[in-house]
Formats: sequence, C-alpha cells, structure tokens
Amino acid sequence: MFTAFNRVIKSGFIGFWRSGWLSLATIFMLMLTLFVLAGLGFMVRSADYLLMTLQEKVDVSVYFKPEVEEGRMLRVKEQLLLVNGVKDIEYVSRDEALARFRDQHSQNEVIMQSLEELGENPLEASLNIRAHEAAQFDAIAAFLENKNYENDIDKVSYTQNRDAIQKLAAITRAVRKGGLVVVAVLAAIAILVSFNTIRLAIYAMREEIGVMRLVGASNWFIRGPFFIESILYAVIASALTLGIWWPILQKYSPAFDRILPGLHLFSYFTSNMLLFAGGMVGVAILLSVVSSAIAIGRYLKV
Amino acid sequence: MIIFDHVTKTYGKKVKALDDVSFEIHNHEFVAFVGKSGAGKSTILKLLIGEEHPTKGSVMLDEVVVSQIHEHQKPALRRRIGSVFQDYRLLPQKTVQENVAFAMEAAGRAQKEVDRDVPRVLDLVEMKDKAKRFPHELSGGEKQRAAIARAIVNRPEILIADEPTGNLDIFHAWDIIKLLLKINALGTTVLLATHDYEVVNALKRRVVTLEEGRITRDEEKGKYILSDK
Ligand SMILES: Nc1ncnc2c1ncn2[C@@H]1O[C@H](COP(=O)(O)OP(=O)(O)O)[C@@H](O)[C@H]1O
Ligand SMILES: [Mg+2]
Repeated sequence: MFTAFNRVIKSGFIGFWRSGWLSLATIFMLMLTLFVLAGLGFMVRSADYLLMTLQEKVDVSVYFKPEVEEGRMLRVKEQLLLVNGVKDIEYVSRDEALARFRDQHSQNEVIMQSLEELGENPLEASLNIRAHEAAQFDAIAAFLENKNYENDIDKVSYTQNRDAIQKLAAITRAVRKGGLVVVAVLAAIAILVSFNTIRLAIYAMREEIGVMRLVGASNWFIRGPFFIESILYAVIASALTLGIWWPILQKYSPAFDRILPGLHLFSYFTSNMLLFAGGMVGVAILLSVVSSAIAIGRYLKV
Repeated sequence: MIIFDHVTKTYGKKVKALDDVSFEIHNHEFVAFVGKSGAGKSTILKLLIGEEHPTKGSVMLDEVVVSQIHEHQKPALRRRIGSVFQDYRLLPQKTVQENVAFAMEAAGRAQKEVDRDVPRVLDLVEMKDKAKRFPHELSGGEKQRAAIARAIVNRPEILIADEPTGNLDIFHAWDIIKLLLKINALGTTVLLATHDYEVVNALKRRVVTLEEGRITRDEEKGKYILSDK
C-alpha cells in the first residue's frame, strides 16, 4: 500500500515534468483564471470601500440657539436616536465647540486676537448626526422640521452636498449589483477556459490511459498521478499569480489611494495574504482536480 | 484453459465480427489465429481481455467468466494476460525500463522485485543496452521487443499478440516470432493473430483460420491456406 502511494506521488511529479508545454499551458490557464478572479475581488473591495466612505461622510449638524438649555438639547438627541437610520449622535456643547475652534486655529493670530476681543463665546452648541446611509437623510430632515423644535434650532447644515452624496451612493450600489453579474460572467468564462485546457491535456493522454488499463493498472493507480499533477499545477499557478499581483498592487496602490484615500489595496492584500493564498490554491485545486477527474473518467472505460 | 463457447459478436446493429465461434485452448499452447483483415482475429483477443463483451455466448478463462466481467475486475484479469500490438502501445513519456516497470508497479509488486525482474526481462528480449531510451528513440523491432518485455514481466499465464509483426520487415518479424516461441517454451500460452501466412506456415503450430467471423479450419501443425473466394 505504502509502495503504491509512493509510486503514485513519484509518477505524478515525473508526469508533471515530462508533460512539458502541456503543463505550462495548464498552469498558464489556471493563472489567468486566478488573476481575473483576484482582480475582480479587488474591484469589489474598492467598490465596497467607496460605498463605506460615502456612508461615513453622511452627516448632519444641528446648531441650537444660544439660549437653549443643555437638558433640552440632550432630549432632542435622545429622540433623534430613535429615528430610523441614525447611526450615532455627538453632542458638542458651546464650551467644547470653543475649545475645538481654538485648537484648530491656534496658529492663526488674527482669529485668536479677534476671539479675545469678542470676550464671550460666539459659538453655538450642536448635535452631529451620522446616518447609516445617505437615504436616511429624509427621515432626519423631517424630524428636524417638526414644529416642536423650530424655535430652538438656529440652522441645520449638511456637511457635504446631500444630493450629490445620495446620487453617488445610488450609483455605487447599481455598479456593485451590475458588477456582481460581470464578476460572475467573467469568472465563469475563466473557469470554463481552464476546464477545457485541462480536458485537452487529458485528451492528449487518452491513449496512454488506455495502455495503462491494458497493462492491468487499476483506476486509482491511473488517476493518482494525475491528481498529484493537478495539485502541483494548482499550487504553482497560485504562487505565480500572487507573485504577479504583488508588484502590481505595490506600484499602483498609492495611485488608487489618491482617488480613494485610505483604500490601501496593497496592505489589504499583504495583511490578507493567507486568505488570498488559501483561496487561490483552493479554487485552483478544485478546478484542476475536478476537471481532470471528469476528463479521465471517460477514458478509463476500456 | 481458455474456452470460447458459441460466441457471436456484433458491433452496432449490422457488423457481425464473430459468428458462433467455439474453441478451447489449453495451457502452454501456441495458437495462431489467421485470416484476412476484418476476419475477426482482433475481436477474439479483445473478448479475451474484456475490452469487448460478446453479443451471444460466453468466454471463460479457467474459473473467470470473462464475458460477464465487471469493470473493477479487469485489472486483475489483465495481469494474467500480457498483450502486444502492431502499434506497440508503449507509454511515450516513459523510458523502456519505466514502461516495463510500470506493469509491475501497476500490479503492486514490491520495489525489490521490480529492481530484480526488469533487467532480467530486458535481457531476455535483448534490450538491456536500450533500457534508458524513450520509445521515439527506438526502431520498430526494438519497440516491439520492449512491448513484449512489458507484457511478460508479470509472468502472465497467457500472452496475446495482435499482428505484432505488422509494421516490421521480414527480418525483424522473425526476431519477434522467435521471441514468442521462446516465451512459449518457458511456459506461457501464446495467442498470435496475424495475416502473414509465411510466418504461420513456418511455425508448424496450431492454426485457427477465420473467414468473415467464422472458424473454417482448426488444425494442429496447421497451415494458412488462402481460400479462393
Ligand atoms: N469497434 C468496432 N466497431 C465497429 N466495427 C468493428 C469494430 N471493431 C471491429 N469491427 C469490425 O468487425 C470486423 C472484424 O474486425 P477485427 O476483429 O478487427 O478483424 P481482424 O483483426 O481480423 O482484422 C470488421 O468488419 C471490422 O470492421
Ligand atoms: Mg486486427
């Protein structure tokens, strides 16, 4: 049993080596598939990140008139928290606002000086509301337009242009939906191509498989080396694909960061290296082992 | 003992390759199946190794009913029967030595045995000096000797040879026939299918003549007599 196992492994390695260009073609096709799949993965990651940052940016600030008591503002906060889609709310008191203002402008003498001359705190207390999604703006706006608070609120400001953000978010979602279809189609094509390459490789071996049967080899003794070969293909293709993505991401990650600050594709790649390597080897093994197993089956029936 | 009992083989619906064929072959016999191309010689050999199944009748090898053999029993059967063909059927990616060793490895033989028997059998077919060559580096006669070495290395009870000299000139053809006789003398039953009557007539062994799927003659020390029709 152990001898047979050894023989299967050894002949798998020898077969891999001697198949020459056929091995190369198979590895190349697997690489192409993995490359495309990983590329699609990065695209989805970027789209997700874009959506996430857009959502982070969605916030509304409510400024209260100076005479409003703190207790009342905190009650507004409590009630706002109950509004659907509100993620969190930060209360900034007048003193806190002043402290932040001083902090921000400590270098600017003109501003600091005029603040001194003013003698009192010119800033208003505010609630900074963050929503889960741009779409939740409407509910928040409706709440604030409520008659109860009309007299307390000085102004409401949207940090960014609300309409633009909402549109962008809608576009990202649409792109992501459409993207998933494209991803699925591309992945299917890539998988089909490598499946066919492997089938061709096995087709080229059909007579040999017949001869092995004729000499009295059992099916698993014939399949074994192909199985080992397939695993070798998968591991090599995965390693090469990772090796190709590495410098590409290293080089272009900063450029992407300029468009989408904080995306950090390269560090995302390196810190999830195990996941990528494992995923690729898994996909490649599944592809090559299953393809070759199916293809061989046809020629074992003699 | 090999028994063909009223065997008929039809390919598809129309082509009747064998028509009610019966014969017995005893251990250690040397039998030549002769007849024109298409007479049904190869079909007989294919039925014996379970590559084809009879449409009617049965094929037996000792206690094994070959005509009803299951897929998973074929490897064991084929280790009892070595086979050689006109087109050699060597594994192109393996050297001569590896081709021969493969048959032993497939049969699950210990490495010690492989190391011992492969050189011996290569010596027997006079291929020892070409052991490390790949099939494409060999002449036709050499390829056939390598194929014979592989066929007999597991000491099969039976050796079947389907037109083994078909691609060889008369000089190398005789080499192969002499080798088959030598193997037969060492105790292996040999079934030879050929349309080469010169070879057959010189053999002076049992000859089974086939015409259009029927046995027309079966003689000890027979001759290949070409029919007129
Ligand atoms: N796989 C097959 N499918 C259809 N017809 C076949 C097949 N194999 C052989 N035949 C036919 O059966 C007949 C006998 O063939 P075969 O046994 O190969 O003859 P021989 O070996 O004597 O030349 C021929 O007419 C041949 O065309
Ligand atoms: Mg024939």
